[in-house]
Amino acid sequence: MRSALSLTGAAVAALLGTSVHAETISIATVNNGDMIRMQKLAGHFTAAHPDITLNWVTLEENVLRQRVTTDIATKGGQYDVMTIGTYEVPIWGAKKWLLSLDKLGPTYDADDLLPSIRSGLTIDGTLYAAPFYGESSMVMYRKDLFEKAGLTMPEAPSWSFIADAARKITDKSKEIYGICLRGKAGWGENMAFLSAMANSYGARWFDMGWKPQFNTDPWKQTITTYLGLMKDAGPPGASSNGFNENLALFQTGKCGMWIDATVAASFVTNPAESKVADKVGFALAPDNGLGKRSNWLWAWTLAVPAGSKKAEAAKTFIAWATSKEYIALVAKEEGWANVPPGTRSSLYANPQYQQAAPFAQMTLKSIQAADPKHPTVEEVPYTGVQYAAIPEFQGIGTAVGQVFSAALAGQMTAEQALQSAQALTTREMTKAGYIK
Amino acid sequence: MARAVSTRRKLVVTVVAWTVGLLIFFPILWTALTSFKTEAEAIASPPSFLAFDWTLANYAEVQSRSDYFRHFLNSVIISVGSTLIGLLVAVPAAWSMAFVPGRRTKDVLMWMLSTKMLPPVGVLIPIYLLFRDAGLLDSRIGLVIVLTLINLPIIVWMLFTYFREIPAEILEAARMDGADFKSEILHVLLPMAVPGIASTLLLNVILAWNEAFWTLNLSASQSAPLTAFIAGYSSPEGLFYAKLSAASTMAVAPILILGWFSQKQLVRGLTFGAVK
Repeated sequence: MRSALSLTGAAVAALLGTSVHAETISIATVNNGDMIRMQKLAGHFTAAHPDITLNWVTLEENVLRQRVTTDIATKGGQYDVMTIGTYEVPIWGAKKWLLSLDKLGPTYDADDLLPSIRSGLTIDGTLYAAPFYGESSMVMYRKDLFEKAGLTMPEAPSWSFIADAARKITDKSKEIYGICLRGKAGWGENMAFLSAMANSYGARWFDMGWKPQFNTDPWKQTITTYLGLMKDAGPPGASSNGFNENLALFQTGKCGMWIDATVAASFVTNPAESKVADKVGFALAPDNGLGKRSNWLWAWTLAVPAGSKKAEAAKTFIAWATSKEYIALVAKEEGWANVPPGTRSSLYANPQYQQAAPFAQMTLKSIQAADPKHPTVEEVPYTGVQYAAIPEFQGIGTAVGQVFSAALAGQMTAEQALQSAQALTTREMTKAGYIK
Repeated sequence: MARAVSTRRKLVVTVVAWTVGLLIFFPILWTALTSFKTEAEAIASPPSFLAFDWTLANYAEVQSRSDYFRHFLNSVIISVGSTLIGLLVAVPAAWSMAFVPGRRTKDVLMWMLSTKMLPPVGVLIPIYLLFRDAGLLDSRIGLVIVLTLINLPIIVWMLFTYFREIPAEILEAARMDGADFKSEILHVLLPMAVPGIASTLLLNVILAWNEAFWTLNLSASQSAPLTAFIAGYSSPEGLFYAKLSAASTMAVAPILILGWFSQKQLVRGLTFGAVK
């Protein structure tokens, strides 16, 4: 009887002990394939860490950004792990809104992280976010259409080659457009593409005194080339096309080339989704011989807000989700083609991954070709390849994107669009105190 | 001749009504159809209307990824709760404005309506801070409070309009017969205003059900309603239109069914007093 009582007591104590130490962490994340996969595999984490329970909040990218920005700025404390991009990390890290992730455990091989990605997440020597997956941009093209036109895509094409090829491939009577590029207005939509393209023409958003540079020749060349190319070889209604619209066009065989995120490679080569899966080739984003290519750099990262009361549990989860072991787990459960790309050097040295993902080396080269700390030909005061990591950029970038989208829709000329972009950016930067 | 004109007119009106009705309903129908397609079929050009391989896979995946019933329950509690509390406050307010108007009643009504003209994002941060300090973030109570407040002007305005159609003499007669304030409202006014109250209730349940700004910004995991459920399936980087359509169909189905069954009451209430 006594032993039964003591056994019951021990069980109750054990249960109480568990409940005292059990922690529930809230994870805010975006809805994309890699994140959904992480959610699906999270059972492996909770099995290894029974003292941690996970609460998921999955939202569309723009909703998530608004939601987590409000929460972290007001110290709302709703989330313990936030999925944020490389745009937010330098701003929030500098404000000390994020906790340092320098110590993610002895087995967490931080030196394995790709240097260009890691440097974008490091402020004053401190890592503020761990990359979950990274991406750059590259050219995806139809090998069959190139062959038919007697063209050979170089591994590192120039803009003049791309423009010539796009015009040669175009056959509007058969609804085949030489090139599909983003036209939908938004700092993360057309301006991601146009800012990266402008870098390759030697343009920059601001000079060292934060003065906008849309009145310079490199920007004029960028916009003139873009508008001319889209007029001659782009699909109709391109001013409404973002990633998804162009993906649908490419997958249904209507684009000869598409310059966009490297993550698209897995979609367009998937026979279940793409009509042209076996006809796709890859090349680096084009350049103009000025030392900068027109590819961007982005990573979705996991970070812990400074207000989190469960920081240790949150860090334990991040260490798991961004580890080499997690990549191996995804490979085991879902195949190598589905592992989150663009974060670790070891992945690109793995022959199994190279075999499963024919776009792997091109993705790696594209990521390595981007340098968020030195994104432009001339010196700039900001970090970021396709954005300037300042809080005002979202608003300014979207307003400028609307002007360039209007020019693509034929509502204004390139000259007028550049003048308008210069005026509105100057006004906002003066209002924000960057220009004295 | 007169009968022929009348028949032709009836035919034209019927055709126009059906055309308008189908045009309005088409996006919902298309969403429902897309939810039964594969992702490849969802973006096919030209799109297929009915001749595709019907699948329930999207519904299965949505259900396996998200807890639909928790989101549904939150939506029911938030929309019904905020509407009932709103009615409780609005009935006496509308009564006083309709039957005992003061010099400033019209100004008060306009002021109440003007609060609907403020873009919600303008007060997001102050309300977020208030909710944070009151511990109301990610709580159903918090969402019920905020939706009650934002829909209150509409409830008051609708009830005020209905109450004004009721002759004040009937209420006076009730008072002369000895009815106190409570009896006057409960036993005289409310039975006469049932169609108006029912349509106000239904309309506000629909408004609260569809409200996306506050429900997305003030909820996280515990109180998230169906608006957050849908937001989890939209993605700017990836074509998941079929899954998004399945999630949308699941989110709008309950309110569509409610609207279908209560349409007579809704139309009767909305046209109450329109023709004298």
